[in-house]
Amino acid sequence: MALALQTFSTVKDANAALKAAGTRYLGGGTLVVRGANEGDVSVSSLIRSTEPALSAITVSGDNVRIGASLTMAAIAGHPNLVALARAARAVGGPAIRNMATVGGNLFAPAPYGDFTVALLALDAIVSTEGGEKPIETFLAKRQSNHAIVTEVGFTLPAEGLRFLKVSRVKPKGVSVLSIAAVLEQAPDGTVSSAHIALGCMADRPMRAKAAEEALLGRKLTSDGIAPALAVASDGTSPVTDPIASAWYRNEVLPVHLGRLLLA
Amino acid sequence: MAKIPVQFTLNGAEKAEFIDSGTTLLHALRDKIGDTSPKGGCHQGTCGACSVIIDGELRLSCLTLAETCNGAAITTTSGLSQGGVLHPLQRAFLDAFATQCGFCTPGMIMAAKVLLDHTPDPSRDEVVEALSGNICRCTGYEPIIQAVLTAARSNSQNAA
Repeated sequence: MALALQTFSTVKDANAALKAAGTRYLGGGTLVVRGANEGDVSVSSLIRSTEPALSAITVSGDNVRIGASLTMAAIAGHPNLVALARAARAVGGPAIRNMATVGGNLFAPAPYGDFTVALLALDAIVSTEGGEKPIETFLAKRQSNHAIVTEVGFTLPAEGLRFLKVSRVKPKGVSVLSIAAVLEQAPDGTVSSAHIALGCMADRPMRAKAAEEALLGRKLTSDGIAPALAVASDGTSPVTDPIASAWYRNEVLPVHLGRLLLA
Repeated sequence: MAKIPVQFTLNGAEKAEFIDSGTTLLHALRDKIGDTSPKGGCHQGTCGACSVIIDGELRLSCLTLAETCNGAAITTTSGLSQGGVLHPLQRAFLDAFATQCGFCTPGMIMAAKVLLDHTPDPSRDEVVEALSGNICRCTGYEPIIQAVLTAARSNSQNAA
């Protein structure tokens, strides 16, 4: 069945059109057009909006707001978003990064969605016309979201964003898993705050809450992080796919988390 | 369903076509306009065989809807040779035996062209990164990497 594309100049009008059955929002096309190419006939109409705010990046001090239509390539190349460049470059090859959007990445099922893992570690806020939600709440109910994501906002971490993606094909491949971490350390070197997000360890990015708690008050040494690594897989339910089995993902997660924390 | 008009520049020539809404650029180029240089490999955004250059950026034509390209400037591998003379990248691919079955070649050349347009003298790592979205099942990649590096050198010699 043919797809019909409707373009609206405002998010408001596009949101109204999205209420019809069989409609989905078209960002870069790397998820919805792919779905159509694979024979997904549940979508008969695609909606998009050309509102300029969707493509804006605002950096004011440490506060960043990124329009949902911004591509991975635009983020990777932005001089004020160096902290996010590694995560943005982890997505696809060059052509995919020129197309894939921030908004779309929020909906990418495992083993995709590496950029969202970084946003989750940053505790980003996801905005729609209806208001703002913490990213963790948004991701938990993303399948029932019917409003266009307009932007994501977060604070650039003082001690940087740690990010790691493991893939079998070099330099680019689909994720075995990805990990993002935002850590704060007290003057004596102990961890005072930890946000750790995992990709491919469930059907969508998730926080490693047990590991975060186990890191508090510990130093970033082999001995110091050992309790966190021991509970890294708590609460995970990884996917089994042609890239890796759920068992393998759980087995290697502590190894890669350890490397990221000691880096 | 009513056909809709699309109009863009393809390899420097104005093209206008009536298409069904939702038609991919790959389908429009190959089956409507007759430029069969972009190949339909996976249709999932994985293989890169359908890569084209849209307004200077590498894109996948299998995941791009043709109607979103209204007014755009599109380059495909079939537009690279001039007056019967192959583009330096095409020449280098032939000389380095960087093409065997040839299916991935147009996509590889598009990815390489974007790289050389922005980075005329790339390192080997930059070439590998630029080609990382394109799959080749014949060559083992090494001849392709060498061909891109050779084309970059020949470009810089011509410019000197």
